[in-house]
Amino acid sequence: MIFSLETWHITLFSLAVGLTSTLVILPFGIALAWIFARKEWPFKSVIETLVLLPLVMPPVSTGLILLKIFGRRNPVGQWLYERGVEIVFNWKGVLMAMAVMSFPLLVRSVRTSFTEVNPRFEQIAATLGASPLRIFFVITIPLAYKGIIAGALLAFSRALGEFGATILLAGNIPGKTQTLSLAIYSFVQLGKDSDAYTLLGITVALAFLFVWCSEWLLRSAKKA
Amino acid sequence: MRRNFIAAILVAAFLTGFVEVARADEILVAAAASLTDVLNEIGAVYRSKSKNSVNFTFGPSSTLARQIEEGAPADLFFSADLLKMDNLDKTGRLEPGTRRNLLSNQLVIIAPVDSKLFISSPKDLLKADIKRIALAEPTSVPVGVYSSKYLTDEGLWDEVKPKVVPVQDVRATLASVESGNVEAGFVYKTDAATSKKVKVVYEVPIDKGPKITYPVAIVKESKKKAVAQDFMNFTLSPVGKGAFKKYGFVVID
Repeated sequence: MIFSLETWHITLFSLAVGLTSTLVILPFGIALAWIFARKEWPFKSVIETLVLLPLVMPPVSTGLILLKIFGRRNPVGQWLYERGVEIVFNWKGVLMAMAVMSFPLLVRSVRTSFTEVNPRFEQIAATLGASPLRIFFVITIPLAYKGIIAGALLAFSRALGEFGATILLAGNIPGKTQTLSLAIYSFVQLGKDSDAYTLLGITVALAFLFVWCSEWLLRSAKKA
Repeated sequence: MRRNFIAAILVAAFLTGFVEVARADEILVAAAASLTDVLNEIGAVYRSKSKNSVNFTFGPSSTLARQIEEGAPADLFFSADLLKMDNLDKTGRLEPGTRRNLLSNQLVIIAPVDSKLFISSPKDLLKADIKRIALAEPTSVPVGVYSSKYLTDEGLWDEVKPKVVPVQDVRATLASVESGNVEAGFVYKTDAATSKKVKVVYEVPIDKGPKITYPVAIVKESKKKAVAQDFMNFTLSPVGKGAFKKYGFVVID
């Protein structure tokens, strides 16, 4: 099937920003997941719940909060604006919305894979004189890497599907901030069902591929 | 870390060719979703004739108004709703003296394309073969508000109300009529023209229906007011007006 230039553009844009978003949140997600998996402190569950909130909150309300924070009317948005960084109505807004909405999925999946790493290995490495950082990179990460990739794939899929927060923060600007989800919405609004179905097909195929890979990795991680 | 972050962003920008292209001046127009097709057409002509460029963000008027309220960098706002524009005016978000009423639309009653329904006056909505009537949420969505106001003015609202199925928006109204789940629905004339599976069974006369107005104004915080004004003038030129008429809008002179 040959797609129009516009379709390619929208698809590549969604993939590129989704990938960037996943790469940006990956180090933070891994660090936070490790802290959640290995450390205990009072009211830890409160923090954990806060991090997971965007997963269950209506995306539009998350978008509204982001719009409030990064709008020019707010100190944060104003500060960034004076330095030439605009988030609202900009592809950086798409990135921000995707990152915030997919972060909880990443943390949740990676934390599970860290929990499944037997702490005995880490303790043994410590008794042999390995530094905590070395243990993390030489023992923990290699033992959990399948779960980490699976989590990243899941976060990436979630980023591709993001709609509610994106349309509020980044707008729906064809050629600039329009992702697959936003384009589908536009086509449905205009009654151009066949165009919507084309993009829908691409979205389903991509989502299926990434979620399937993610599940496959998790299964093979369990067997190992 | 910071350098990786910047590199990643550059790669993403490069990959997709979204690096801001330097044309003379580029404005962003926030416009009601119902104007998507016609403004895309006018925008394409404008780009070919002017050294400036224009981009659009399309969405529900209420969302766009909200974004402008928060300082989103739009230069020009086409609203499908006077109230949203009034609110922005009151809070001083619009450039004084630039606001004007641009377009009008007409309410129509639609039915599935194979329907045998015949409506010669709105009273016919009370007939027994019309069991359900779809219209957009009559308290908040403009087209729903207009429809219920029209039926109230005709003295029919109380009797019609039990048949009313409130739906999300114009698209949902079209979809429920297309599927045959309702016998009739209220939409704008321009929306009815987008679907081949519905037909117009009654056009509300312009003098009898509520005044439906699409206002336009320049956003106060715009840094490119001259270009915004230039594009606004273009939509009012014969080329712009011709396009609006082609899509079924009524141009207010």
